[in-house]
Amino acid sequence: MQNKFIVSSSPHLHTPDSTGGIMFDVIIALLPATIYGMIIFGYRAALMVLVSIASAVLSEFVWNKLTKKENSLTDLSAVVTGLLLALNLPSSLPLWMAAVGSAIAIIVIKQMFGGLGQNFVNPAIAARIVLLVSFPAAMTKFYEPFGEIVSSATPLAAEAGTYHLKDLLLGMHAGSIGETSALLLLIGGIYLMLRRVIAPTIPVCFIGTVFIFSLILGVDPFAAILSGGLFLGAFFMATDYVTSPAIPLGQVIFGVGCGLLTVIIREFAALPEGVSYAILLMNILVPHINHLTARKPFGTEAAKDE
Amino acid sequence: MSFKESILKPIAKLRGGAHLPHSKHTAEKESVVMPAPAVVTIPLKQHIGAECTPTVKKDDKVFVGTVIADSDAPLSVPIHSSVSGTVKDIKKIHQPGGPVNAIVIESDGEMTPDPSLKPHRVKTAKGIVKACRECGLVGLGGAGFPVHIKLEALLKPEIDTLIINCAECEPYITSDYRECMESYDDILKGVYLLRDAFELKKVIIAIEGNKPKAIEKLYEIASDIQDPEDNVKLMCLDTSYPQGAEKMLVYTATGKKIPLGKLPADVGCAVMNITSVATLYRFLKTGMPLVSKRITVDGNAIKNPQNVIAPIGASVQDILDFCGGVDEDVEKILLGGPMMGTAIKDTETVIAKQTNAVLCFKNIKPIRTTPCIRCGRCAAACPMYLAPGAVEHSIDHNFANLENLNVTACIECGSCSYVCPAGRPLTAAMRTGKYELRRLQNAK
Repeated sequence: MQNKFIVSSSPHLHTPDSTGGIMFDVIIALLPATIYGMIIFGYRAALMVLVSIASAVLSEFVWNKLTKKENSLTDLSAVVTGLLLALNLPSSLPLWMAAVGSAIAIIVIKQMFGGLGQNFVNPAIAARIVLLVSFPAAMTKFYEPFGEIVSSATPLAAEAGTYHLKDLLLGMHAGSIGETSALLLLIGGIYLMLRRVIAPTIPVCFIGTVFIFSLILGVDPFAAILSGGLFLGAFFMATDYVTSPAIPLGQVIFGVGCGLLTVIIREFAALPEGVSYAILLMNILVPHINHLTARKPFGTEAAKDE
Repeated sequence: MSFKESILKPIAKLRGGAHLPHSKHTAEKESVVMPAPAVVTIPLKQHIGAECTPTVKKDDKVFVGTVIADSDAPLSVPIHSSVSGTVKDIKKIHQPGGPVNAIVIESDGEMTPDPSLKPHRVKTAKGIVKACRECGLVGLGGAGFPVHIKLEALLKPEIDTLIINCAECEPYITSDYRECMESYDDILKGVYLLRDAFELKKVIIAIEGNKPKAIEKLYEIASDIQDPEDNVKLMCLDTSYPQGAEKMLVYTATGKKIPLGKLPADVGCAVMNITSVATLYRFLKTGMPLVSKRITVDGNAIKNPQNVIAPIGASVQDILDFCGGVDEDVEKILLGGPMMGTAIKDTETVIAKQTNAVLCFKNIKPIRTTPCIRCGRCAAACPMYLAPGAVEHSIDHNFANLENLNVTACIECGSCSYVCPAGRPLTAAMRTGKYELRRLQNAK
């Protein structure tokens, strides 16, 4: 018998889960909304998704080559970032802008801060905001479903009561590629929860707070939660592991904070939509939330009682 | 009262931990007694205390159960010969946990018991504590904490609860389970002897719910006619890792949290492994101290997985040979379970009192690692509520932060590394963190 055994530190068992597997689950969960976006907004939406993902993957590849880092494409995180950004863009946007956005997300926001796990804000959200600030006109030009008619107004900007709840649920209205159908996003979110990729805490607190706060302010709460990028943001962007708290109490604070900021921005600021900014602001607060909610080790309370 | 109703439910729920594959392939196989190998090498430290000093010298004749080493240190217990034969050498060997002196005994193949051994007819608590030390009994779950120290704590009147640990939450290992199935009488008598001698108000036999046959057996023990006041109870725990870890067991069984750096005695409990109870009773009955151990031999490189009752000091090679050998392409051999066991470098390593398994693996899938994605699964899995991911970051960047992260509270159960999707070596980081923090504090 050979006398060369592997000597390693315990434990000697490992879960079948992997980083790539988790990212793959996120992609699967986003597929219904993505395909639906391609159907209602046509080939331009499909191109937008492809260009955005390709740009994200290429940026990651080039960065790894330039900095002589190990190839990290197989963890699929660049694909997720590219896909999420595309779903947050209007189908009318020039494709090169999507490509620039993805490159900014990967290189400036993710890799320059240390790569996977080190970015302090969600790359897709930050890139969307960069695009929104740089190209405000192009970023707010939405097409109606199945048409080339430019709609200036998403349901959020439209007069109250213009949209039926059924349309909001099914996504038959103008908006970004992936944000229109709350129902399909909900299905994706539930898939992630069943696969235990995300916990329900953040989405429930986020959406619940928007519902209650809108109700208090006299806004139709159902329209408030079903319109804009809320479901996309709450299920897929606010739950980004890197930029959200890991402890349940912290997740509650984070979710409620996102909800409050969303409504405040929607109702009192000069911006049509607040989800991205709300998540971005709360991302920045995550280290403080983590500090505030740090757990005491098992048995510490007992020691104090004595 | 029906069977189900009188089984206790856990008082508190274990938070954290991991759900592991059970892989208990050897559960329903009768244990096999292994004959003495030609040579045994008995390490002089098989407990957490100081190493023992030999009481025999080269060429001395010894019998099974003869004391060959002892120590005055408080956390040490005597060591006995596991075969009859001649002392050949006293030399340094390498064991998991570092180099240690060991006594090499050549067996005469007779297995003659020491003629001075005789049954101990003790009934008093103090007598049992003394007998426990003479038996060389240590916690057989793995840590090797001397049992007489645990029982000494029970002499205090305010400590009135004994928890008998039969959780056996590590995958593969079935040696405690087989003890339940095969040593019914010893466990029954041991439990009631302890209850009577220490006047215990409560004895909780705690077992995980995934062992229904053992639950039936232990239920009979708990509802025996010797127990009219129902002091002895069976508790069926959730099947979760690390349910059998002392702190977690005391918490789930009594709802009490052991403060950091304290022992079960500080919350009025004592914890004893079920095999320790049976071994103690056997010692009192026959006078034969702890010289052999039931070892689970399993893993995908083992041709014939089974439980083997092997003499202490037998080498891993002897045990594997007895079990029909191991596959040529074996890659890793563990002493103990896959979560907390130690990978050994060669098959010369010998089994000690605390060893409960020899596991051999082949075709091990390499773990793919990525940077930490901060999913928080390590913190959610930590039964001590620590933050392993933050500790891993701190050992790279900031030793001073290790104290704030309470790294010393880690019980090294391995749950964090198991659940990490990024494949980070978190348990290893916790060990490094403990070491670096100790170094930092010593330097001050």
